[in-house]
Amino acid sequence: MILAIITISAMAGLFGLVLGYAAVRFKVEGNPVVDQIDALLPQTQCGQCTYPGCRPYAEAIASGEAPINQCPPGGQATIAALASLLDTEVLELNAEHGEHLDVPLVAVIDEQTCIGCTLCIQACPVDAILGASKHMHTVIAEECTGCKLCLPPCPVDCIDMIPSQQTIDDWKWSAPPDLLQEMQDA
Amino acid sequence: MTSVIVSSPFVAPGNKLRRLMLQVIIALLPGTLAYAWHFGPGVIINIVLAVLFALVFEAGILKLRAKPVMPHLADYSAVVAAWLFALCLPMHSPWWLVLIGVGFTMIAGKHLYGGLGFNPFNPAMVGYVVLLISFPREMTTWYLPASVSGETLSLTDALRYSFGNVDIGQWDALSSATPLDQVKTAVGQSISISEIRTSPVFGEFGGKGWEWIALGWFIGGLWLLLTRTIRWHIPAALLGGVLGMATLFYLVDPEIYASPLFHLLSGAVVIGAFFIATDPVTAATTDMGRVVYGFLIGVLIYIIRVWGGYPDGVAFAVLLANMCVPLIDYYTQPRTYGEK
Amino acid sequence: MLKLHHFHGGLHLDGHKTESLGRGLQQATLPERLFLPLRQHIGEYNKPLVKPGERVLKGQVIAANPSLICAAVHASTSGVVSAIGDYQVAHPSGQSDTCIVIDVDGKDEAVESTPPDPGELTSSEMIERICRAGIVGLGGAAFPTSPKLSRGKANGIDTLIINGVECEPYITCDDILMRHYAAEVLRGTGYLRQILQPSRTLIGIEDNKPEAIAEISRALAQNPLANTEIIPIPTIYPSGGEKQLIQILTGKEVPHGQLAFDIGLFCQNVGTCVAITRALEKDEPLISRVVTITGDNIGEPGNWEVRLGTPISHLIELAGGYGHAAGGHLVMGGPMMGFSLSSHQVPIVKASNCIMVMREETIPHAPGYHDECIRCSKCTEVCPAQLLPQQLYWHARAQAWERTQEFHLFDCIECGCCSAVCPSQIPLVQYYRAAKSEIRAAQKAQFKSDRARVRFEFREKRLLLKQQKDEERRRLKREALQKKRASPGTGEPAPDPVQAALERVKARKKSIQEESQ
Repeated sequence: MILAIITISAMAGLFGLVLGYAAVRFKVEGNPVVDQIDALLPQTQCGQCTYPGCRPYAEAIASGEAPINQCPPGGQATIAALASLLDTEVLELNAEHGEHLDVPLVAVIDEQTCIGCTLCIQACPVDAILGASKHMHTVIAEECTGCKLCLPPCPVDCIDMIPSQQTIDDWKWSAPPDLLQEMQDA
Repeated sequence: MTSVIVSSPFVAPGNKLRRLMLQVIIALLPGTLAYAWHFGPGVIINIVLAVLFALVFEAGILKLRAKPVMPHLADYSAVVAAWLFALCLPMHSPWWLVLIGVGFTMIAGKHLYGGLGFNPFNPAMVGYVVLLISFPREMTTWYLPASVSGETLSLTDALRYSFGNVDIGQWDALSSATPLDQVKTAVGQSISISEIRTSPVFGEFGGKGWEWIALGWFIGGLWLLLTRTIRWHIPAALLGGVLGMATLFYLVDPEIYASPLFHLLSGAVVIGAFFIATDPVTAATTDMGRVVYGFLIGVLIYIIRVWGGYPDGVAFAVLLANMCVPLIDYYTQPRTYGEK
Repeated sequence: MLKLHHFHGGLHLDGHKTESLGRGLQQATLPERLFLPLRQHIGEYNKPLVKPGERVLKGQVIAANPSLICAAVHASTSGVVSAIGDYQVAHPSGQSDTCIVIDVDGKDEAVESTPPDPGELTSSEMIERICRAGIVGLGGAAFPTSPKLSRGKANGIDTLIINGVECEPYITCDDILMRHYAAEVLRGTGYLRQILQPSRTLIGIEDNKPEAIAEISRALAQNPLANTEIIPIPTIYPSGGEKQLIQILTGKEVPHGQLAFDIGLFCQNVGTCVAITRALEKDEPLISRVVTITGDNIGEPGNWEVRLGTPISHLIELAGGYGHAAGGHLVMGGPMMGFSLSSHQVPIVKASNCIMVMREETIPHAPGYHDECIRCSKCTEVCPAQLLPQQLYWHARAQAWERTQEFHLFDCIECGCCSAVCPSQIPLVQYYRAAKSEIRAAQKAQFKSDRARVRFEFREKRLLLKQQKDEERRRLKREALQKKRASPGTGEPAPDPVQAALERVKARKKSIQEESQ
């Protein structure tokens, strides 16, 4: 009886030490789940998910506060990736937050109308608008994420969202349609 | 001009699924004829019934699943599965036994998994094992070959048996356990192999008549190899597995363990090696994987025969190996070009 | 005698080569208009250097890119640039791309050239001239030759391999080229030897081309090259693939993720050798190439030396027009790796080795129905990259992109062997192409989102820093003010400037009123 108690206590103590050591030795900095979720989000920083950027939305998903289907720019592909990361069900994109576009948008400033107020520059989450006060502004198309955040502040409505230019390199081979179709129909 | 994007290659494929299946059917003929020669027309009745039922099931399920019926029926895969299933049955089986077995083969073995190409288990073996477990009396009532009993049932008797309400006892004189079963029972009763071998059901090497049937399967198997319908890995490894195990134990004690040739030529080893284990859908796909898969089946057959509860173990061995296929395939991936 | 090796798999295919070999090499006439795409190679777009209305001469550079990859476009003949715009080009998508259109004037006037003495040139000067001539690999991949040469030279080359294999059915342009320009092929090989200084040169030609082997051998006997051997290799598809040819001739495999010159090997097509010879000896840029026009719906199959930019319709006319019904299915390249063309207006470009004009009936269309994969592994047996095509197909169909990459999807060379032997007639290659497209698009999107994240985070940091600085400044000001207030007053407070200004204004108004009165 005494021996059993001693043995169990010794084992408990030993494992406790091992676990304690492991906790210190293999300590994980930050919250890797948030990083992983953030890595899957498209980083448009558009706020359509109602959070002020992709990382806050990632944090909300990680804490279970937000569902995974609120990101229109990412669309179904992002939802599928998130579902597989978090091992949850794949949801349909919530239409309340917007609709997914196959071709991403890019902002274009009508340079004739622009008055150089710099409001759009301040609104751009990725610093993709170039210009100075009272000088014409322009969008660096390559850096633009198509978030539309520059539209509301513009006092003269000179910014348009147009589909980004697709070159022949952006063309994708499509899979033979029949079988997938057959599977979906079944 | 061209509205649909068509991907190269622009050559008509040389192989056709239907042609592969036809080759299998051709290869089944010599063994099937030898089988019918020795055991009477019941064998053929089983096959015809099984094929008919299979086609009906296949068409019905395809219709239910809203899939094209004719192209799938025309690939003959249902015919091959039904034929192989029918060959597992005792030579005289009532029609309902065939119906239930084929039903399980086609529905549970094949279509519940998504149809041809998606089933992890050999459909014919699924059907056979279900019957073996559910109807042990009917499934173990075998008959003597003509070369032993001197007669086989006539076609009318065989048909009466299949469709009529005939008691099995009527032909009791003709019924007998299979040679494998006899060996197993005898060894269980501590009778030595050499003593059992004096029974008239045994031939030179294996069971009388069974040897010729095995030869028939072997010829068919060679045909499959020659036409490159199957490759050598699975049959060779499977036969190697059985022979290897049998030789090993035969050398240990020939009075308890039957000879390697007896094991090779009795039961379903040869048809299993060339026709059942080579079912591409449920077998391993890599060369190395196929060797492992075949060898595993061979060893399992021997283990089940000698130490298991059933006289023959091909069906169980194949199903067990089917389970290991994803694992085997994963660990036997070949080295790709340029990989160190 | 060199010991030949084997590559895994491969197929013996019907050659269909005799149809187009009967008429020798014919010179194509000039069409009325040329359509020259700005980009005819792998790499960055060229920028047009001419404007509509401008007259150009044969051999004049009309589009180029200042970047290192040099594959400039030259005018193939003299004429007037009539437009620069989007026209259908040779691309599997059937989409349009920017082309320079030249209205041909028929004079075929060339720009002044300064043919150097190739013997006098240093190797870097040679590479320079090859670059200026806009030469790309003419075997089909269209990789610019001069950067490849520079990198090969820097890496050190042990074996130079000249590829005259031409393993795809129907195509005979390299065969005819070797028969007619054997001497040029060998001189080009000689220049490559001068540049790369390899210890040996192997000229690989498939043994179904005895005439080409004989011509090249005769030319080699007349002008011997040191350590150069002609190696007839067995006819098996795809022995002409660079990696496969390397394996046959040297037994080596190009390691995963590397290129041939990383292991001291350098492959070049015979057509490219001729182009190099012309560039170095005559200062002639790449403005024409040999094209096979063949198939079961062309009047007179044959080989033509065609100016780049010539619409295919012109070539079909020259080759006796359509055989049966007009139209049919056009394929650029061979039957195994080529792609369908959407229009006969598509121009011949640097990569166009063959135009197949097929009857619609003989082209196996992507069928509306194909059987399921039965895992028979016939595809595995023929795959020259030693992949497991049935597993790739399984994962590609399930859109499990990561799994396809684990099964080495990107090692697939799209040779088409698997599709050709599949008993279920699954268009396997199309599944792989689609999977590759999806993965590449996802990688591109990932790259973009990673960049956006960095920029976003940088901006957040900057704003935070700015806020902190502002707060700091305000705090300092506040403190200074408090200090000031705390200190004892220095006499009369200063007059309020606003009040003073208002009073000044009042005073002025008053004085103005007084004056007006």
